[in-house]
Amino acid sequence: MNNLLSISLFWPELVLTATIIIAIIVDIFSVSNRTSRVSNYVIIGLLATLAAVFLTNHSPTTLFMDSLAFDPFASFVKSVVLVATLLIIIFTRYSNEFKGYHTGEYYALLCIMVFGMFLMASAIDLITVYLSIEVVSLMSFILAGYLKNNPRSNEASLKYVIYGAFSSGIMLYGLSIIFGLTGTTKFFAIRDAITTLDSSSNLALTLSTIFVLAGFGYKISAVPFHFWTPDVYEGSPTPITAYLSVAPKAAGFALMIRFFNQVFVDGDSLSTLGWYADVSFAWPEILGVISVATMTMGNLVAIQQNSVKRMLAYSSIAHAGYMLMAFPTISSEGVFAVMIYLVMYLFMNLGAFFVLIYVAQIQGGENFEHFSGLGWRMPIVGIVMTIFMFSLTGLPPTVGFIGKFYLFVAVINAGSAFYWIAFFGAINTVVSLYFYMRVVKTMYLDGKPSEEIVVPPLSITLILLVLAVPSVFFGIYWTPILNWVNDSLLFFVQI
Amino acid sequence: MYNILSWIIWIPVLGMVAIAFIPREKQDLIKRAAAVTTGLQLLVAIVLWSTFDATNGSFQFMERAEWIPSLGISYILGVDGLSLPMVALNALIAFIGVFVSWNIDRAVKGYFALFLLLDTGIMGVFLSLDFFLFYVFWEVMLLPMYFLIGMWGGPQREYAAIKFFLYTLFGSVLMLIALLALYFACGETFDMQLMMERAPFALDGVVWWGMSAIKVIWVLLFIGFAIKVPVFPFHTWLPLAHVEAPTAISVVLAGILLKLGVYGMLRINYTMLPDAVWWFAGTLALLGMINVIWGAMCALAQKDLKKMVAYSSINHMGYLLLGMAAVIAGGSANGSNLMAAQAGINGAVFQMFNHGTISAMLFILVGVIYEQAHHRDIEGFGGLASQMPIYTAIVALAFFAGLGLPGLSGFVSEAMCLIGAFPVFRTIVIISTIGILLNAAYFLWAFQRMFFGKLNQKYTKLVDINNRELFTVIPLLVITIFLGIYPRPFLDMIKETMNILIDQVAVVGGIAGIF
Repeated sequence: MNNLLSISLFWPELVLTATIIIAIIVDIFSVSNRTSRVSNYVIIGLLATLAAVFLTNHSPTTLFMDSLAFDPFASFVKSVVLVATLLIIIFTRYSNEFKGYHTGEYYALLCIMVFGMFLMASAIDLITVYLSIEVVSLMSFILAGYLKNNPRSNEASLKYVIYGAFSSGIMLYGLSIIFGLTGTTKFFAIRDAITTLDSSSNLALTLSTIFVLAGFGYKISAVPFHFWTPDVYEGSPTPITAYLSVAPKAAGFALMIRFFNQVFVDGDSLSTLGWYADVSFAWPEILGVISVATMTMGNLVAIQQNSVKRMLAYSSIAHAGYMLMAFPTISSEGVFAVMIYLVMYLFMNLGAFFVLIYVAQIQGGENFEHFSGLGWRMPIVGIVMTIFMFSLTGLPPTVGFIGKFYLFVAVINAGSAFYWIAFFGAINTVVSLYFYMRVVKTMYLDGKPSEEIVVPPLSITLILLVLAVPSVFFGIYWTPILNWVNDSLLFFVQI
Repeated sequence: MYNILSWIIWIPVLGMVAIAFIPREKQDLIKRAAAVTTGLQLLVAIVLWSTFDATNGSFQFMERAEWIPSLGISYILGVDGLSLPMVALNALIAFIGVFVSWNIDRAVKGYFALFLLLDTGIMGVFLSLDFFLFYVFWEVMLLPMYFLIGMWGGPQREYAAIKFFLYTLFGSVLMLIALLALYFACGETFDMQLMMERAPFALDGVVWWGMSAIKVIWVLLFIGFAIKVPVFPFHTWLPLAHVEAPTAISVVLAGILLKLGVYGMLRINYTMLPDAVWWFAGTLALLGMINVIWGAMCALAQKDLKKMVAYSSINHMGYLLLGMAAVIAGGSANGSNLMAAQAGINGAVFQMFNHGTISAMLFILVGVIYEQAHHRDIEGFGGLASQMPIYTAIVALAFFAGLGLPGLSGFVSEAMCLIGAFPVFRTIVIISTIGILLNAAYFLWAFQRMFFGKLNQKYTKLVDINNRELFTVIPLLVITIFLGIYPRPFLDMIKETMNILIDQVAVVGGIAGIF
């Protein structure tokens, strides 16, 4: 589709851009201590964007001369990102970490990041791939270091910048090799060009893919590109940590799915996917090893943490590993499972982080000892956190189990060659139980049951319920999510 | 009898919701609500028992509803001769358990809410005929169990609770993989009846990494269930969990939870992978023997009365495994000895029930003395017979039932297991009989040390067993004596279902041959 026509399908992004501009303008005209009112405008803007995402209906096509795809899959990822962003904005308003900071541009930066993730979700051109990743990364660097008086936040930002620059450099190198081999930046043209390559370019192709994988791996914090994660997650303001563990990950997975499906796989329909015969390289095995290494590393290190925030940081690495389980299969079941997992993960992980934000405010810290006896003092918080912990472990009847179940379904369905991945995934679930249950144990088994009961304010209770009720409800009856994901499992494909 | 099975499963949840609305100060009301709930469930279970058609071995009272059609998941319930005794046992133990817990004074509301949730989870496992539903219930049990041990248990409760949880979850995730492998092999359905029909053929000749798929799935499932039984070497969580758990939870643990593993094997391993039963029966018998000897020897060495009873459970489960292994006696390769197969498998199911009543009784009795003396050290007592005559008499009966004295139900089932296994596993059975001897030794020795001799002056203030405690023990005692003298009513109930099982495993399964 040409540029002019594309505008008509670019509504969500346009609304989002308007939101960004409004946020900046409102911020300029606000008294400096009342900048949080920017968030009101941003929330309205993002809701409008969400509406635009749902209302912009068209059969799958490409925008702006084949640089972006417009398809249900992109809309799905956009919705997930938007919901996460809305929740994070609400979290931020309840967080006391930002006291004394000017938060006006915080919301604007968040929206720019959303814009970047929108592009990531629909990029089908190497240039847009790189640009979108950079937009998201740059905004993440700033947001991670937003608490400029806090040295840890500064450290987080700096580490993030260094790792980010490093991996995007590697990725750019990989992209340029692909361009050199194929002479084009468009995914579909690359796919066609690869089929005509002779075997002498196998090495270059393999190397370039590994380099690109480094860029994706950095975004979704897969081992061995995860080293930035714990420090950045720990140093960043907690709402941003929660955000980084969900939204950019969703976008990163979307980009990765699209890249592998449309460049390396005979992409006309998802059901007949198989790895390209010409690329005689053990991709499924490599991705499988990365997946297992990621979840194992995340879980084993999470066991040793004393800070709940850091534990959740490592746990989010482990969850990226779980989602990667479905990748080696490169089947529509695999993509389906990852999409379901993203939705489920959104609820449970953001829920756990919100409890953390609230507890940190009440108890004055984010370590395990601050959770001691909490289940008795604040029954609602205790029960809700228990639900999230069970869900993150993957026990029924919670969403975590359903998400994991579909991942296992995808892996087992792919045949006995992949069973070892499922086996490691299962063992890792058991390992993860230990540290998730440690939170529950600290809340209920440690400390004295107190007589006084603290009831959180209604608004906090409401947010907790908004996250906890779906965590259980969709664990028992998840057909609505199933239908949504089913309808969204449609890529733009050029034959 | 509309949806009677659903009622049995969900009545405790209704009770739980009711308890959630009772203010936490009204402890008595909470306890009464729990008693009414489990009593109601027991009534329904009695109705179920009396309306069950014993001449029909297949599933009855079936309920079926769509749940997640796109994945082939349904809500299917049904009861047959295998699950019926377990349902009855669970209803009884849960009802008794509420009264055993009457002295709980810490966080009463949470305790009984979790207790009822546990009840629902267990009933769900016994009654679901959809593998997914089965798995969900199987996992739902873990959460209340963790809290019940971890919050109301003894000094080492945290360690015991997490160990129990980790062990069981390890088994469950292996089961999940096996479940999915079966799911795809059987044409994407979780309906257990369909899976039972299809699995033996669907997996025939399938090879994964040089191993027969049947064997791989069997082993995954077996480990999952063996941890619950527990079968040596997966048993180490059990003594710890038992010792640390509050009395009522020990009762449920020994009475019901251990049966879930055996039930799972008979319901799933045996019917879906009958060929592998032949491959594994020898190992199963051997593990049974180890359980018998190992459990008895460990029990003999214990100073803690509760730990001794816990190890006696491992010992009793050993006989059961022997009886289960005996099913292959019915195959043509073993001379179609249907009598032996019937004795073994009926004995195993009977042993499940008997161990449920006997061990529940033993744990209640341990709790009675612990509540007054605040320790369970066998050596620390002595001469209690003169101080607590009624208690002594009941403990004597319970110990006799535990060591398998003829005339009490434990004897009948253990004898059936051994008789059934004898034609096929002669040496193993002969060695296992040593366990019976050891069994008698530790029970009698403990009895002698606790009740005979001079009364320890510390314990002159002990009072005899009270009415509430009697009320919890007497029903179990009556059942033990009645079934010991006249086991027919029970065996008639399960006979037809067991015949179908033997047919599936020994006669049909034997032909395909996996050797």
